[in-house]
Amino acid sequence: MDPVFLSRLQFAAATMFHFLFVPLTLGLSVLVAYMETRYARSGDETYLRMTKFWGKLFLINFALGVVTGITLEFQFGTNWSRYSAFVGDIFGSLLAIEATVAFFLESILIGVWVFGWKKLSRKAHAAVMWLVAGAGNISALWILIANGWMQQPVGYVLRNGRAELNDFAAVALNKFALLEFFHTVPAAFILGSFFVMGISAYHLLKKQNIDFFTRSFRIALVLGFISSVWVIIEGDQHAIHVTQVQPTKLAAMEAHWETSREAPMFLLTLPDEANERNYFEFGRLPGLLSFLGYHDVNAEVRGLKDFARDERPPVLLTFIAFRTMVILGTLFPLLTLIGWFLRHRLIENRWYLMIMVAAIPLPYLAIQAGWVVAEVGRQPWIVYGLLKTAQAASPVTGGQVLSSLIAFILVYGLLGLTGFFLIAQTAIKGPKAVQPDAPEILRVSAP
Amino acid sequence: MELQATWFFIWGLLWAIFFMTDGFDFGIGALYPFLGKREQDKRMMINAMGPLWDGNEVWLITAGGVTFAAFPLVYAVMFSSLYTALMLILFALILRGVSFEFRGKVDHPAWRNVWDVCIFIGSTTPALLFGVAFANIFKGLPLDQAHLFQGNLLTLLNPYGLLGGVLFMLFFLVHGALWLAIRTSEDLHERAVRAAGRLWLPLLLTAVAFLAYSAVATDLYANYLERPYLFVVILAAVSGLVGIKWFLAKKQYFRAWLASALAIAGATFFGIVGLFPNMLLSSINADYSLTALNASSSPMTLKIMLVVVLLFVPLVLAYQIWAYHLFHTKLGQEDLALEDAY
Ligand code: HDD
Ligand code: HEM
Ligand code: HEM
Repeated sequence: MDPVFLSRLQFAAATMFHFLFVPLTLGLSVLVAYMETRYARSGDETYLRMTKFWGKLFLINFALGVVTGITLEFQFGTNWSRYSAFVGDIFGSLLAIEATVAFFLESILIGVWVFGWKKLSRKAHAAVMWLVAGAGNISALWILIANGWMQQPVGYVLRNGRAELNDFAAVALNKFALLEFFHTVPAAFILGSFFVMGISAYHLLKKQNIDFFTRSFRIALVLGFISSVWVIIEGDQHAIHVTQVQPTKLAAMEAHWETSREAPMFLLTLPDEANERNYFEFGRLPGLLSFLGYHDVNAEVRGLKDFARDERPPVLLTFIAFRTMVILGTLFPLLTLIGWFLRHRLIENRWYLMIMVAAIPLPYLAIQAGWVVAEVGRQPWIVYGLLKTAQAASPVTGGQVLSSLIAFILVYGLLGLTGFFLIAQTAIKGPKAVQPDAPEILRVSAP
Repeated sequence: MELQATWFFIWGLLWAIFFMTDGFDFGIGALYPFLGKREQDKRMMINAMGPLWDGNEVWLITAGGVTFAAFPLVYAVMFSSLYTALMLILFALILRGVSFEFRGKVDHPAWRNVWDVCIFIGSTTPALLFGVAFANIFKGLPLDQAHLFQGNLLTLLNPYGLLGGVLFMLFFLVHGALWLAIRTSEDLHERAVRAAGRLWLPLLLTAVAFLAYSAVATDLYANYLERPYLFVVILAAVSGLVGIKWFLAKKQYFRAWLASALAIAGATFFGIVGLFPNMLLSSINADYSLTALNASSSPMTLKIMLVVVLLFVPLVLAYQIWAYHLFHTKLGQEDLALEDAY
């Protein structure tokens, strides 16, 4: 059994599982912090109930995000030790910075937030949630700088048989990394918004807590709309940059075989990797691929045949993932735009509410697809152009990796099911009824 | 050399802080089936560490991250050599973390039982395995010329390694019992105090045995004999141990807990100081060892990371101490009634 292949499977399973929870943390933390701020400012009890209800969902998800992240931190050492020795100088520092700068803030303050309702003032408590949300997004920044360096290595010299840092600013301001950050974070905001809108729509369909869920829906709607428009505009810039630094990835994303000017895109097509062509091509849009890559319909786009077979990424997977992301990406602004027009009579538009319930999984799908484009499309390189994945694995045996992989699948499978069950249960139950606090005080003080 | 030596020290310090902080969480989790008689007690125990355990665990992430950044070769060899042990620790930490959050979410005894078991396993496994792993690091691992580990999980389970596991376990049990003594009241408090008192002697004896065995099984004392003032580290560990008993007798539980933290830090540094400048000692041939010199990052990375650490670690400590200050008070009914309490 090949430890490299098994380690790849294990790494993909572990990161993708981690990334089921990360985007909801990023998106929902911001929404909850906003709701709590409204409460702290106005004292309106509905916002407090919103904070608590969405906060509870946030916490279940957060726990899963944290525990699945810890394994990742060590997987580079356990499964990719040759990689670690090669890039530790740069990549290791970024991971360490992420922990010291962001994880502490996030994990310590989340404890303060959960248990500190009575210990802090209203405003201070809301500020704590903003810090949690901020820390989450800062952690995303540093890990994506790390990932960005693997996509486009900069600021290094090859010395002593490894990549050594020689320009920290270049690493931290790597264009690829910043593009990833400004793409991934709004993508996470889309996911958070659709989560809130979907659950709200469910309750509105049942005509429960109408005011509560209408308000929640509208708050999420605004964030969702802005983010989904942003993601498309930014995604376009992203694609231009990918064309320049990772031509193999772009060619795989579009199943583009022959180098050509005025390169077309097809509405429907399917790559046939073995024969280096597409099974069929339907709906030719001339020049569109050149436009996508260079913003110039006449530009020359390099095809896969220009590269040796062992330098190409898996074409079919990259292609399908990219299509999935882009199709879903055009759907999200449409759905939120419709919501904007209906925002005052949501409750009457059952068909729209039903669509929004059904749409909850879609951003998850888009985000996972996006990562498959980025990571599978980077193959066979682990650090693009510098180190191949096959040379990066640890000298551990296939048996060791197989047993940990099986354990991962079992444990993560059970965790995923339990987490899904708890989130669904909490979501369906809805917020607590209005607290009869006041009457109690009346009762006590009544003669 | 100074740069590498500084980093070696920081590396040890981060592990020590991790054991001092998350150690009491592991201890409480291990005491859980024994002290948690009623549902109410169990919830008290979980909530005693509830606001703090997650922040404590980040010291592990940071220790790992800093090993990666400052000594990439150590990170690579250490975690691939200890592959199976580390995987077991990680799975245990996963179970422990979700158990706190999940346990109270469904009101059914069978559901709670499942997570009770997970809390226990999830806390004892890392406590034992970290001890085994560190004792083996103190003693040296069978690393060949290419720094490849010539052994497996069973290699680690030698008498010295096992003694290390027992030592860590006892340290954490006492540490956890003391934290419970601080935060709980009435009979749970009484039981925690009694547990700490009863476990103290076994801890002391194990610690002495470990110190003695180290003279035979390891080379740790070489550095101490060369620079006798270093014995102050061992002295600190021992006075921490004595301090636990002293403050327990005076019913000053917070001080007893601090003494226990000192003892844990002392014990960690006992090994770290003895190892210097080795980080991963090869038991096959000392020339194959990874040291702070031959395994470190480039000077540039070490300098940049030093700035980061000097800026942020004190800041982190400041707000973590603030959080400890917020949550070292006695727990009452009203804390358990909190909507989000575990
Ligand atoms: C900091 C680095 C980093 C980050 C932030 C991510 N990845 Fe990654 N990914 C890797 C570093 C990496 C890697 C170490 O480079 C792998 C392991 C093996 C490989 O070829 O690349 C990899 C492989 C890998 C694969 C398998 C590719 C293959 O072997 O063909 C998938 C599907 C993903 N990742 C998905 C993700 C997802 C969903 C992420 C979201 C968190 C993610 N990656 C973040
Ligand atoms: C493969 C690389 C990755 C590693 C090694 C990694 C590591 C970790 C670790 C150790 C934690 C737990 C921290 C804690 O206890 O608070 C964590 C959580 C988190 N990570 Fe990652 N992570 C990776 C990928 C990512 C990416 C790409 C992002 C963002 C875009 C991200 C965002 C987060 C966030 C927001 C959390 C907070 C907890 C949660 O998810 O709910 N991570 N990660
Ligand atoms: C429709 C317009 C979109 C375009 C043109 C676009 C473009 C891209 C491109 C070119 C990449 C690959 C970058 C790389 O190799 O690293 C990418 C990655 C990614 N996409 Fe998209 N995308 C779009 C929509 C979306 C949507 C709607 C989501 C999720 C809600 C999303 C989530 C992601 C994620 C998570 C990644 C991986 C991280 C990264 O590289 O930034 N994308 N996108």
